[in-house]
Amino acid sequence: MLINGVQIDDTFAEAFNMRGTRIIITAQNLKWAYHAANAMTGFATSVIGCGVEAGIERELSFEETPDGRPGLSILMFAMGSKVLMQQLETRMGQCILTCPTAAAFAGIESEDRINLGKNLRFFGDGYQTSKLFANANGMAKRYWRIPVMDGEFLCEETTGMVRAIGGGNFLILAKSQIAALAAAEAAIQAMKLIPNVIMPFPGGVVRSGSKVGSKYKTMFASTNDAFCPTLKGVTNTELSPEIESVMEIVIDGLNFEDIAKSMRVGIQAICDLGEVSGVKRISAGNYGGKLGPHHFKLHEIMGTQA
Amino acid sequence: MNALTFTLKKPLQFSLNCQLLNPTHLADKSSSDIASMLLNYGNSQCRVDDIFEIFGIDAQNICFKNSSDKLDYLGANMASGKMVIEGDAGAYLAYQLKKGEIHCKGNSLAYAACNMINGLLTIDGNTGDFLGGASAGLRKGMRGGTVIVKGNAGDRAGDQMRRGLILIEGNTGDYCASRMIAGTIGVLGKVGEYACFNMKRGTLLLTTRPKLHATIQDCGCHTLPFLNLMFKSFTQFKTKFSSIKTQRVQRFVGDAACAGNGEILLILPAE
Repeated sequence: MLINGVQIDDTFAEAFNMRGTRIIITAQNLKWAYHAANAMTGFATSVIGCGVEAGIERELSFEETPDGRPGLSILMFAMGSKVLMQQLETRMGQCILTCPTAAAFAGIESEDRINLGKNLRFFGDGYQTSKLFANANGMAKRYWRIPVMDGEFLCEETTGMVRAIGGGNFLILAKSQIAALAAAEAAIQAMKLIPNVIMPFPGGVVRSGSKVGSKYKTMFASTNDAFCPTLKGVTNTELSPEIESVMEIVIDGLNFEDIAKSMRVGIQAICDLGEVSGVKRISAGNYGGKLGPHHFKLHEIMGTQA
Repeated sequence: MNALTFTLKKPLQFSLNCQLLNPTHLADKSSSDIASMLLNYGNSQCRVDDIFEIFGIDAQNICFKNSSDKLDYLGANMASGKMVIEGDAGAYLAYQLKKGEIHCKGNSLAYAACNMINGLLTIDGNTGDFLGGASAGLRKGMRGGTVIVKGNAGDRAGDQMRRGLILIEGNTGDYCASRMIAGTIGVLGKVGEYACFNMKRGTLLLTTRPKLHATIQDCGCHTLPFLNLMFKSFTQFKTKFSSIKTQRVQRFVGDAACAGNGEILLILPAE
């Protein structure tokens, strides 16, 4: 498949089942909401080393937040519910509780609940107060008010946890590093408009895609040598001679459709730049279809209408 | 379907226990069954149709007309449906209400919403002592639900209240929120003496500063974002409380006499 001079490989991205949650962070203004959210989603690029993959989904206006202040929604994903709960509580305690004026609320409803402020309340040392408020649907929710030095930290007791998908991806193969990164930036800008997904790596882009296994026994993942341009002559390369740089975009999301949609708008944004941008091919990472149950086929994705 | 309507035939001399006349108990009962039910009246019993004109068949919507303060335990133990009382109600209105809505268009006597578990009680007029309190011998009062009083409440409103919301648009008597364990009480009018006496936890939201006893301690003025959430939750009820917008309050904590951690939040004008 060729779109505007950019070749789309006949391959697929292989993705895995994950557990996900959404948290709403509010603060006195967006600046402090970003401070809190950036801290909470920091060091959350890959479950391999960070436990969770997390990112800021979007900005929320004061009409959209429970306490009527500006805020951000955060998505967080892990391979299992136990890790997700553990990571969420740790990050809540170290990043949101500590951030001036920040408050945290559930951003998703489900029968499965994980703790948001349920254990964090004990920081209040007995001075914490709970309040049960009914929302417009008459559903009662418990909130904790924890006295802190800037006033009160307000936090909902739990948030929902849902089944999710992690590891949607595509690769940008370009004639230069500058061209690959510019294309990746254009893709991320378009993909950020899609709800229910995050791109957890720095700036949404990965330069160190990995393969399963290594020559070293202690490593269970290592550099994806088939896509490393400097190894073209010594490895079973996937790259043609003119490719000098490859960037990857990884997507986690709450459902298959939104991940596919974000891949489509991202790839389309790159194709819109055209062949003159230096981008030659779009490919995707997979493990032969044996490990992940979700396959995002590039030709199918780009064949569907936006 | 027509609401099942009980119209009082004549003024009563004694108290009538009406706890059987609620949607939960009357569901699936025929008109003749209802008419022949026996109610405790003073120290004797009498048939329902001796006291009320009965009209309508929808037992999930019950209406009392021409009612008086001799009708005790209206809506007691109710677990579904709606009840409208067109007139006054006696003591123990909505006693142990589990679910559903009760709207009293007149006044009620003491112990309204006593031991209430859930649901909504609205009283358009005044109510007596021990609103949302505990019945004799119990250590916990109202355990959930919402009570809205458009008029005034008597003494000991929210006594031993464990959970839930009481919103009083008028004044309250003495000992408001006494021995309160948790929950929220709001009063737009004046509050009598000894508010929050022996209060353990919970919130008393006020608009005018009452005379406070020595063991209620001033913690200063604050802007509390949770109030926005609370006032937003009030908008589902038709009450003057939902028009409050400020998050600025003066916070008092007590009752220190029992190592209590309850609070009075005195609403201040927005900055």
